[in-house]
Amino acid sequence: MAQEELLNAGLRGLSDALAEKRVSSVELTRLCLDRIARLNPTLNAFVTTDPEKSLAMARDADARRAAGESGPLLGIPMAHKDIFCTDGWRTTCGSRMLANFVSPYDAHVVTRLKAAGMPMLGKLNMDEFAMGSSNETSHFGPVRNPWDPGRVPGGSSGGSAAAVAARLAPAATGTDTGGSIRQPAALCGLSGLKPTYGVCSRYGMIAFASSLDQAGPMAPSAEDCAWLLTAMAGFDSRDSTSLERPAEDYARDLEKPLAGLRIGLPREFFGPGMDADVRAAVEAALDEFRRQGATTVEVGLPNSGLSVPAYYVIAPAEASSNLSRFDGVRYGHRAAEYADLMDMYCKSRAEGFGAEVKRRILIGTYVLSHGYYDAYYLQAQKIRRLIAADFTEAFRACDVIMGPTSPSVAFPFGAKSADPVQMYLSDIYTIAVNLAGLPGMSIPCGFGAGGMPVGLQLVGDYFSEAKMLNVAHRYQQATDWHRRVPALAA
Amino acid sequence: MSQWEVVIGLETHAQLQTRSKIFSGAATAFGAEPNAQACAVDIALPGVLPVLNREAVVCAIKFGLAVGARIAPRSIFARKNYFYPDLPKGYQISQFEIPVVAGGGLAIQPEGGDVKFVRLTRAHLEEDAGKSLHEDFHGRTGIDLNRAGTPLLEIVTEPDMRSSAEAVAYARALHALVRWIGICDGNMQEGSFRCDANVSVRRPGGPLGTRREIKNLNSFRFLQAAIDYEIGWQINELEEGRAIHQATVLFDPDTGETRAMRSKEDAQDYRYFPDPDLLPLEITPAWVDEVKAALPELPAAMRERFAKDWGLSAYDAATLTATRETAAWFEACVATAGPGLAKPCANWVMGELAARLNREGLEIGASPLSPAQLAGLVARIADNTISHKIGRDVFEALWAGEGADADAVIAAKGLKQVTDVSAIEPIIDEVLANNRKSVEEFRAGKEKAFNALVGQVMKATRGKASPAQVNELLKRKLGG
Repeated sequence: MAQEELLNAGLRGLSDALAEKRVSSVELTRLCLDRIARLNPTLNAFVTTDPEKSLAMARDADARRAAGESGPLLGIPMAHKDIFCTDGWRTTCGSRMLANFVSPYDAHVVTRLKAAGMPMLGKLNMDEFAMGSSNETSHFGPVRNPWDPGRVPGGSSGGSAAAVAARLAPAATGTDTGGSIRQPAALCGLSGLKPTYGVCSRYGMIAFASSLDQAGPMAPSAEDCAWLLTAMAGFDSRDSTSLERPAEDYARDLEKPLAGLRIGLPREFFGPGMDADVRAAVEAALDEFRRQGATTVEVGLPNSGLSVPAYYVIAPAEASSNLSRFDGVRYGHRAAEYADLMDMYCKSRAEGFGAEVKRRILIGTYVLSHGYYDAYYLQAQKIRRLIAADFTEAFRACDVIMGPTSPSVAFPFGAKSADPVQMYLSDIYTIAVNLAGLPGMSIPCGFGAGGMPVGLQLVGDYFSEAKMLNVAHRYQQATDWHRRVPALAA
Repeated sequence: MSQWEVVIGLETHAQLQTRSKIFSGAATAFGAEPNAQACAVDIALPGVLPVLNREAVVCAIKFGLAVGARIAPRSIFARKNYFYPDLPKGYQISQFEIPVVAGGGLAIQPEGGDVKFVRLTRAHLEEDAGKSLHEDFHGRTGIDLNRAGTPLLEIVTEPDMRSSAEAVAYARALHALVRWIGICDGNMQEGSFRCDANVSVRRPGGPLGTRREIKNLNSFRFLQAAIDYEIGWQINELEEGRAIHQATVLFDPDTGETRAMRSKEDAQDYRYFPDPDLLPLEITPAWVDEVKAALPELPAAMRERFAKDWGLSAYDAATLTATRETAAWFEACVATAGPGLAKPCANWVMGELAARLNREGLEIGASPLSPAQLAGLVARIADNTISHKIGRDVFEALWAGEGADADAVIAAKGLKQVTDVSAIEPIIDEVLANNRKSVEEFRAGKEKAFNALVGQVMKATRGKASPAQVNELLKRKLGG
């Protein structure tokens, strides 16, 4: 099978090719490893590869198929964001703190994808501890956007987005705490889904902000995401916030026609903050939905303007506590020399963490401090409930909410890194979804300034992933934005 | 001293008897090789998450029911943040604003004092930390995380105690209760039950004084000694015109003194907040009912029943309910002997049996004498088959395993009491004939001489005569 054909086959095409023995998992894995070897020096999407291990997994997948096993994902290689613990692989979370940490166990999501027979191509670069929107905070250097290596890929799942966009991997896992799947998917021209909180187990996913973190798939198409989510999702007794629900086939409704679909357009998402090129692409996408028989209705999310400030209280508060375990005592970075215990803590953490992580630990420590807790943390939790109530109200009038994923297309390196607040505002449309625990998705809907991809955000009601994937898939049946490949990767 | 009033509140950490840890599946057994019982969750690897052990919650519910407290239908686990090498996550999962158990209390009776009710503020679930080992590491510190994640119930009293004796009485009562309801093994040496004492002094009726907290007292003796020393120290400070500063202090058993570990100025800000990894703990009324149904009769109720149904004194009832094992042994004994013999059963259990067990260093459960054997012995004394004195010999024989029951021992050794007048009269006549001097002394008004004659008759019958009957017959003969 021709290389180009394979690169754009999508998971369905690869699955068919494997089933029909037109290609083996080893061949497919080797093709990806070759591309990684060629393009990763430019993109810096992978922080760890181990071709021998990857090929061993591929051989195992081929053996399983030879033994009569079948399964839609059996033999299709993929890569994991380096926030997921992977047995026997270095798991860094993009930090010097864990630069030499080899996990002794697999995250639940990794276990499930392994069980589905997906060889692992390596571990993907990310903002340090998932804190960032541009992938500039990684200890291993920034990831470059395949559409323009002078621009950021978005973050924090920037390595995942760049790797898939450049076709180094057919698909990747990501995590989304405030937009970390959707925003890089938008900036790199991919489809990415953050499920309802609790759909994917957090066990083995290094915690940033526990009440917001959620794993999800990143791939070219909505159909790919549906297949991946079906494999990733599922109850896990080791995560108390994992939801005990019957297993779902998230691809079951993909083909349903959209006639009668009610699309909610929050007026707060279409205000002056959005760039003109993004607005044009989003409006054009809405026209396509109307053409398919959907109707649009304006809805209000009056408290969504408070989502960024509330998020930057809650997420750092949880992070400041979650990152306390990185103390240099049992694993991870420990300063070479220290005078006493306090000195060991201070030096190890000062050396092990980067500036953005330290900033958030300081903010979080401050807002939880005696005398400030009520003013910050409790208030933020109240806002969080108001934001969730806004969405509940909005979903009375619509089936799915749409708007831009990011206010702008991918920006050049350094454009926002000097001003944390400007950087935080990149997630202005995505954060409310995490605070409410709702499922959210980004799909490519055109190109803006500099030929950079634009993402359309879909927000569904709780557990409406199958519906959102259906909406996204029908759109992708009529458009080819998701099939465009950056010149660098061709 | 008398113009000062002492105010004491206790915080007790009771290690709960669950098979696995409170938030992981690792075992809790004591004494394993260092770090052999610490799983990925206990050592806080990146990405691991806590899952609440239901058994620990059952223990908390049992305790709440046993002290008449409110069981919170919804309580919250919170993170207590601080850095310490044996605290792997950098925070302890505990309960802060809403504990699982609130209110309730415990009746205590200090030795020689009156019964008093000590109110409980709360009891909450939390995890224990690991241990830092400072010896054998050549100037470095070893960390053993076997204990990390062991479930604890922290039980906090109101400042209701007014002396070290009351504090010890409370600690003993609590110790007995947690063992009684089977939630804690009470092993103080292994740290399963340890107390922190908050101590202050004030002028009677005045506002509360500043308190100092004595940490980690792991014996009743240390508890008493530490509080006594601390009271003396505080009174001395105040009388010397110095102020007491809030502080955490440690008790040194070698010197018998307390010394400050850290003052309030460097007190930590624990930055408590609800743990986002754990859902609120919801306890339904049905769950409480289920636990209640499985709860054993509580010592207080049992004491009341012993007094009301069997006429035992408050002291006897309290002694017999000191542990559930003793109470069960005693109840089994009465069940065989019959309720009419509860009092003599109680006397034997508290007297001969307790002394013998104590001498041999045995728990009552390990007694070679069974409750039914003691009941049989008590019955034979009651029906005058043997005297109380012979009863002791039978007890010894049964203890030594010489015979299946009292009747067998009595028959084998020919110990049956002689009550046939025609058999005793000739013996009495013989004793009177051979002890004329005593007879004369008695007639001259010396009561002592009578006892000597009784003794001679008992000796001649080798103890088998009934002392009461001998008394009566002798009196008749001498008086006649």
